[in-house]
Amino acid sequence: MIFGVPLVALASQLVLGLFNGAFYALLSLGLGVIFGLLRVVNFTHGAFYTVGAFTAFLLTNQAGLSFWASLLIAPLIVAVLAAVLERSLLRKLYGLDALYGLLLTFGIALLIEGMLQMFFGVAGQPYQVPAVLSGTSNLGFMFLPHYRAFAIGISLLLCLLTWLIIEYTSLGAKLRAATENSSLLEVFGVNVPLLLTCTYAFGGALAGFAGVVAAPVFQVSPLMGSNLIIVVFAVVIIGGLGSITGAIVSGLMLGVLEALAKVYWPPSANLVPFLIMAVVLFLRPRGLFGKGE
Amino acid sequence: MTAMLAKTQVCPLHRRMYAKLALLAAGLALLAAAPMFLYPVFLMKLLCFGLFAAALNLVLGYGGMVAFGHATFFGGAAYVTAHAIKEWGFGAGSGLMIGVAFALVAGFLMGIIAIRRQGFYFAMTTLALSQMAYFAFFQAPFTNAEDGIQRVPRPNFLGFVPLADNLALYYFVVAVFLIGMAVIWRVIHSPFGASMTAIRENEMRTLSLGYRVNRYKLTVFVISAGLSGLAGSLKVLVFQIATLTDVAWQMSGEVILMTLLGGVGTFLGPVIGAALVLTIQNYMASTSVPVTIFIGAAFIICVMLFRKGIVGEIDAFMRREWAADSIRKKVELQ
Repeated sequence: MIFGVPLVALASQLVLGLFNGAFYALLSLGLGVIFGLLRVVNFTHGAFYTVGAFTAFLLTNQAGLSFWASLLIAPLIVAVLAAVLERSLLRKLYGLDALYGLLLTFGIALLIEGMLQMFFGVAGQPYQVPAVLSGTSNLGFMFLPHYRAFAIGISLLLCLLTWLIIEYTSLGAKLRAATENSSLLEVFGVNVPLLLTCTYAFGGALAGFAGVVAAPVFQVSPLMGSNLIIVVFAVVIIGGLGSITGAIVSGLMLGVLEALAKVYWPPSANLVPFLIMAVVLFLRPRGLFGKGE
Repeated sequence: MTAMLAKTQVCPLHRRMYAKLALLAAGLALLAAAPMFLYPVFLMKLLCFGLFAAALNLVLGYGGMVAFGHATFFGGAAYVTAHAIKEWGFGAGSGLMIGVAFALVAGFLMGIIAIRRQGFYFAMTTLALSQMAYFAFFQAPFTNAEDGIQRVPRPNFLGFVPLADNLALYYFVVAVFLIGMAVIWRVIHSPFGASMTAIRENEMRTLSLGYRVNRYKLTVFVISAGLSGLAGSLKVLVFQIATLTDVAWQMSGEVILMTLLGGVGTFLGPVIGAALVLTIQNYMASTSVPVTIFIGAAFIICVMLFRKGIVGEIDAFMRREWAADSIRKKVELQ
């Protein structure tokens, strides 16, 4: 018993919190990378997450592919979708007030959501956990569902990989250079427009990946992304846009705090991310890890 | 020569003023006669959303801040008014006032946090705060969660105007709408409005000129919130219900679309945008296509093709015409 709550309940809520936090981290990481380079707050990010989940659902249930194949293919499909959107629409707004980009991506998100609603209805669709990961382990103080442990592990692994790519590869160096001064980088002969497309596609793929991983736990529904993206915005404000560590740490932290709120005072659980955001804005408007604007 | 030039420059200004007066007269006549041709309840809905969009436009168009949380003021005031009238037995006028009072307080609280950041951060902060308000309303006992507050009575206004009658209510709504629009007109054309425009155009420079920029921004945000609340409270009198739909983030998006479509930063644009969006929504309600598809597509088309909005484009066209006109006259005189 810890503060009147059984250890088992507390521990399993904490795992659930880390699980949610891993999604927050993946999504806010993608948002941050896209924002850093394109200066666009990508409202479509939630829709990419939803599209990822639906693609996996269709690949497995209609095309008969395994979960593992979907986990690889679905993010690629989302990446292609993102690249097409960037090339055909988003690109034309780069010279303008950045808020048009926000409104455009908001419109795209609604359009995608509406189309999914038209074809699949609002009700959630079930998606099976792969057989290998369907069991639970008894850790003595709690039961750990294998799939959740896998989801947390692979999401954090992906975050770490992204961080390594951005910090230690030449592609990452170009990315960081473009964030600082893209026209100078262009003078050096780097194809910056292509870099922008790839970045947007990569961010989309991260969100799509999160969607596939989420599919077996949450039901696959057209609204799953839009409900999540607003919390992710709060995560991004708390962490500070453009900081990779900020995205990962504040994502996980918020997931855990949300879980604790669910244990100790359930009605407050939905409010916690936003309350923390308000406090952070008051004490440190740049975000916990943000550098100046 | 200078006298002549002065004369030709004044002329278009006079014409613009006459054009505006004619537009005002035509608008009033249209409002007075409309219920003979169209369903009054639809017209009232249109006026409520028109006022809501025009209120948002104060922040969006004249303040240059993309506020993504105005549903909180609209729907929140609706809840408060509905509760006050139904449970506390308030009248129509006092019911509206308490709704506006709520919206002003909520606007102050949201504004004081949100104006600490600019640009996208402002948009995201207002969105997140309004989502928090959504959950708070969802869990508050007086809102009845999914059911909402239903069957709100329509009390007589001042004891003798029978608002239960749709036509009487229509003219009441028209009056409140006009008062709201007059407030907006006054704010835009005051020294305060001019300072707001300066802040929108160049915040740093205005700050360096000694203006307390944050106070201006907060003030305009609170005024906008109050007027949004007025629109939401008015909607309760019309539809007699207050539900979660009105506080959800989709509502904040819809009202941005109305403003954008009609013309950000134009006086009448938001009202026309609201009329357009509601008419299409009404039409689409009879089909099986979800409304979100239309809203999303409209956003994309608007942002890609006509960012000035309908009224903005017309305005720009007229300005070009007038400029060409006055140049022609100048050439004739020479």
